[in-house]
Amino acid sequence: MIPCAVTGIGQTRYAAKREDVSMPELVREAALRALDDAGLDFDGIDAVVMGKAPDMFEGVANPELFLAGALGAAGKPMFRVHTAGSVGGSTAIVAAHLVQSGVHKRVLTVAWEKQSESNAMWALSQKFPFQPPVAAGAGGYFAPIIRAYMRRSGAPEHIGWQVAVKDRRNALRNPLAHLHLPDIDLDMVKASPLLWDPIRYLETCPSSDGACAMVLSADVTGDRPPAWVHATAMRSEPMLFPGRDEVSPRAGAACAQELFEQAGKTPADVDCAEIYVPFSWYEPMWLENLGLAESGWRAVDAGRTALDGDLPINMSGGVLSSNPIGASGMIRFAEAARQVRGTADAHQVDRARLAMGHAYGGGSQFFATWLVGTEPPG
Amino acid sequence: MSEPVQRVLGPVALDYTVHAGSVTGAFLEALLDKRLVGRRCPSCAKVFLPPRGACPTCAVPMPEAVEVGQRGVVTTFSVIRIPFDGQVLTPPYAAAHIVLDGADTPLLHIVGECDVDTVRMGMRVEAVWADPIEPTLASVRYFRPTGEPDVAWDAFKEHLG
Amino acid sequence: MRPVHIAGIGQIPNVRGDTDHDEVQLVQAVASAALAEAGLHKDDIGFFCSGSSDYVMGRPFSFTMAIDGVGLWPPKRESHVEMDGAWALYEAWVRLQHGDVDTALVYAYGKGHGAPVDGMLTAQLDPYYEAPLGPSPMALAALQARALIDAGRLTERDLAEVVAHARRLGATHPGVPAIDGPLDVDALLDAPYVATPLRAHDEAVRTDGATAIVLSVGGGGPRIGGIAHCIEPIELGLRDLTAATSVRRAAAWAGLEQAGSIDVAELHATYSPQAVLLRQVLGLADAVVDPSGGALVADTPFVTGLSRIAEAARAVQGGAVRALAHASGGPCLQHNLICLLEAR
Repeated sequence: MIPCAVTGIGQTRYAAKREDVSMPELVREAALRALDDAGLDFDGIDAVVMGKAPDMFEGVANPELFLAGALGAAGKPMFRVHTAGSVGGSTAIVAAHLVQSGVHKRVLTVAWEKQSESNAMWALSQKFPFQPPVAAGAGGYFAPIIRAYMRRSGAPEHIGWQVAVKDRRNALRNPLAHLHLPDIDLDMVKASPLLWDPIRYLETCPSSDGACAMVLSADVTGDRPPAWVHATAMRSEPMLFPGRDEVSPRAGAACAQELFEQAGKTPADVDCAEIYVPFSWYEPMWLENLGLAESGWRAVDAGRTALDGDLPINMSGGVLSSNPIGASGMIRFAEAARQVRGTADAHQVDRARLAMGHAYGGGSQFFATWLVGTEPPG
Repeated sequence: MSEPVQRVLGPVALDYTVHAGSVTGAFLEALLDKRLVGRRCPSCAKVFLPPRGACPTCAVPMPEAVEVGQRGVVTTFSVIRIPFDGQVLTPPYAAAHIVLDGADTPLLHIVGECDVDTVRMGMRVEAVWADPIEPTLASVRYFRPTGEPDVAWDAFKEHLG
Repeated sequence: MRPVHIAGIGQIPNVRGDTDHDEVQLVQAVASAALAEAGLHKDDIGFFCSGSSDYVMGRPFSFTMAIDGVGLWPPKRESHVEMDGAWALYEAWVRLQHGDVDTALVYAYGKGHGAPVDGMLTAQLDPYYEAPLGPSPMALAALQARALIDAGRLTERDLAEVVAHARRLGATHPGVPAIDGPLDVDALLDAPYVATPLRAHDEAVRTDGATAIVLSVGGGGPRIGGIAHCIEPIELGLRDLTAATSVRRAAAWAGLEQAGSIDVAELHATYSPQAVLLRQVLGLADAVVDPSGGALVADTPFVTGLSRIAEAARAVQGGAVRALAHASGGPCLQHNLICLLEAR
């Protein structure tokens, strides 16, 4: 397997509505920054891999077709991935595999969403005769599972508030983040309205426009240090079957296990992680599922996951602070890579040498993870 | 100076003819008789309600139809308090995972005829049918409390998701 | 590259309006058939990958339901492309190069009959400049046909001949719905225009269906000799519609020139001018083209390309030494994949 490095990272500013740019301009904003970081232009790229969540979010079918020109893909291979919410992560993995397998030398990968172009809640809550009339959006789907975690673990309700505060404080260090809430504190979260009981407004992610891009390469270009891909893993399971543990899905645990085995590492070797937390409670839930902590809520309660803790999580502010759905997974992967490159600016973790990126999608069914490090693998 | 153009409305309307397939079709037809008919997997012997075209874990067709009870237990739930486009009900309302007697999978549906603050894990509920009935899952208007004693956590903790 | 073989194929007939199968049933039927042919169980499979379209199925995240047809339990390595299933096969081929897994199950499903395919294809166009004008896919195909006629590359009779060819072969193929209309070139030329120079029969018959393919490293079955793909800009004005540049590139990258003569080709042409153009640029004068009848007589959106690979593999199983399969996406052959298959 050919070693693969992240040599360029580019992100847009995230916002509820990026009315200042069209869809092609949005993806180019991220792509050109990633190319600049890698010291390349489009001519140096062999293939483009795009990821995005449902096309109905923008009302354009298969938008990779009309964006091929804007991304310099004309005359090259262009690939489109869609694995629900995990898509940003799985897109990066598909791109990495193209390099690792020797099919291409340098791949530009881009993930994006421009939800303001359409109505995402509508797209997620269509009326179908075969489905119950419960249409409740993503929060309505995940709230009962959060309740089950609280019951099972005995976690006190302030854990969710703590994560909401921690991620928003991290976001204040990230100028690209959608939400900047300088006054955020526990009382503010606690006082925010219940949307999908037990989820409060400030415990939910925003709906954002934005794009994230990376250059994945078999050769190191540009002036800044690369992040080396040490392992990648994807695992899936069905949505509904008897005895399914949706609080801690086996696919998520299996995905992490395969990841660490592939890299010859353990969760204890991870210096920091960017994990997909669209509702605050998913931080403790995923910490347990991925094997990063035995009790996720106790790790949160003890401040271990803060930027200055021993296991910093979502240093960039996470999905709770910026959520362009199709890009959110790739942002996790890219932010993990920034940490080990030492280019995470004000949200840099000291001496981060091995970082994990994680994304999930569907009804907690589709998982994508990667481990990136300062040193080449092997 | 005129205002810069930032948005252009481009309505998209696409009409689909969707066939439910033989398995879901039979389930929807049974609703017309106020019956809830799931399918049993010949491999793992679990009963799926609503039925699926194949067992999601064994990947085999499920030819055996099994009528399940109209009463069941709320395993977990959320109270939805947020209004949004496309909503059928007026918030607040409780969305719940309900495992019907004789079924092995939870059905996501609504709990009605009670204060949303009294909905709880382990609560026994029963189907209330719409009038008139159509071959859609909306024909079960909601589930209401039966007044039976709650089910103990250990009896349903494996059926949360 | 590790040698990847087609170890099993699962198909069901393409039909106009499948009332028996939902997406789960479609996938279950073809996946179980492909596994049976390969002599494998789902738990032997190292990687699953599918292709489908939310717009074809009419709901977001359609594939998250369809996976119930393959049984991803215990949890499996799995991925999905919002492209024709031929690209899912490409992803699986790349995945098999890693060395840690040796088998993959690839599948695609679609319901093209009850879906507003014309509206969906129009929704693929640039949403700022082109889609608001609402050109139908037939109109865009007609522009390409006109360009080819003006360049002296084809005649309306050539178009009628590829349609008649597709209908004659499709009439006896079990996967093709009953042919509705004449098989005779002169009768076809008597039909009225829909968008000059094209007539209704110049457009593919949209169907419901699914296809699955099991890949294995080593073992028996047709070997993938080369596979590659290439895209062009969507804007027709930025392309030479007579050149099929991305078809040529994909074919070159797949190794067509070095491969030797092609015995059988299966082409993803959803309009008759594309079928003529593909024959020309791929140099298929000596090949049997579209023995299945091809895409013109049975086009299940996002499945047709993978079905071409399946049909080409069937041809190799049946004695062909070398076969070519082509898959396409976007208007007027914008995005193209070439897969070369060889007898062992």
